Amino acid sequence: MNINATLLGQVIWFAFFVWFVAKIVWPFFQRVIAERQKDIADGLAAAERGRLELDSATRRAEESIQEARERAAEIIAQAERRSAQMIEEARAQAKEEGNREKTAAQAEIDQQVSRAKEMLREQISALVVAGAERILRREVDAKAHAGLLAQLTQEMR
Amino acid sequence: MAAADTPITANEYISHHLVNLQVGSGFWTLHLDTLIVSGLVGCAVFGLMYHVGRRATAGVPGKLQAFIEIVVGMVDRQVKDTFHAKSELVTPLAITVFIWIFCMNALDLIPVDFIPKLLELFGVKYFKAVPTTDPNATFAMSLSVFALIIAFNLKFKGAGGFLHELFTAPFHAENKLLQIALAPVNCVLRVIEEIARPVSLALRLFGNLFAGEVVFILIVLLAGAWSGPTLGSAASFLGHVVLSLAWAIFHILIITLQAFVFMMLTIIYLTLASESH
Repeated sequence: MNINATLLGQVIWFAFFVWFVAKIVWPFFQRVIAERQKDIADGLAAAERGRLELDSATRRAEESIQEARERAAEIIAQAERRSAQMIEEARAQAKEEGNREKTAAQAEIDQQVSRAKEMLREQISALVVAGAERILRREVDAKAHAGLLAQLTQEMR
Repeated sequence: MAAADTPITANEYISHHLVNLQVGSGFWTLHLDTLIVSGLVGCAVFGLMYHVGRRATAGVPGKLQAFIEIVVGMVDRQVKDTFHAKSELVTPLAITVFIWIFCMNALDLIPVDFIPKLLELFGVKYFKAVPTTDPNATFAMSLSVFALIIAFNLKFKGAGGFLHELFTAPFHAENKLLQIALAPVNCVLRVIEEIARPVSLALRLFGNLFAGEVVFILIVLLAGAWSGPTLGSAASFLGHVVLSLAWAIFHILIITLQAFVFMMLTIIYLTLASESH
């Protein structure tokens, strides 16, 4: 075992290599490793965020479906109510219409009847006047009794 | 294999393998093999990391980038788990220590004669290929760490805090008189503790790798026992192949473990230096 000046040379080599690694080589790897660690951390965080977003989206979708279902049920119920109401209304309207028509027809009939009666009366009064005229032709002056006849006709109305 | 042109004894073979390629004399001897191999290994591996790091993306990484990220990420996690003070130096230091030591250790897996024989063709007589089997290399790192421990102590505790700790830990006392009596004991203990750290750090790595290398050399000697096409020679050659393989596989564990231990202890020592007892 002989220690000699080789030791000094080795110290110089050692110092040089330590300097080289410290100043040049290690910073490269330090940077790269740090960057990759950051990338991985970002990726994990993004994945976690994505998972949370998916959860909330699923929950929202379920809520929407539930809401839509409720709304559809409501609409169907409303439609059923409405149709029943419309049928009822139509029935009522039809009945009313029928009643009105019946009333109108009745009024027409009444009118016709009264007109026929009128006509009958006129004709009867004309017949009476004609009969009376024929009876009285000789004894009564038409001119002298025109007033009386008109009054008679008037009364018969 | 071991016996080349001139037959050499086992003793010569082993000692030949334990000599560095060197220039100079006395203290000013330079182990050229250690300096060159450790430098080349460092330049190659950190150059590769630079090449990959320069075009590294935060997106999907390539295979090589992913591998380097796993390694530096592992070291970074160890540092973050242990070292809580603020320092830009500890992680790169730990990365350098772990990767450099691992790659230098890994050269031990190249068959012991491979590189020396290749270089012998170019007239290089001695060559120890694994820098961490040279105590100069391991002490260079552990003493650098030792210097950093002192520096961290001064930086995070201040000179006063460091001195206070030097004389009051590990034995505390409420009594003023007792405190004065304990001060030298604490100081001696602390100095021993501090010196033991770099020594144990360097010797542990050196010892493990040196022993591993020697075991490889001894196994190769089995093949050197070749004495013609006899059953015994064939058996020893086969034994060398099997044992080399088995030891190499086991050695992978030691290579990695020693690099990891050196790195962990570096982190822990610096943590202790940056935190008050």
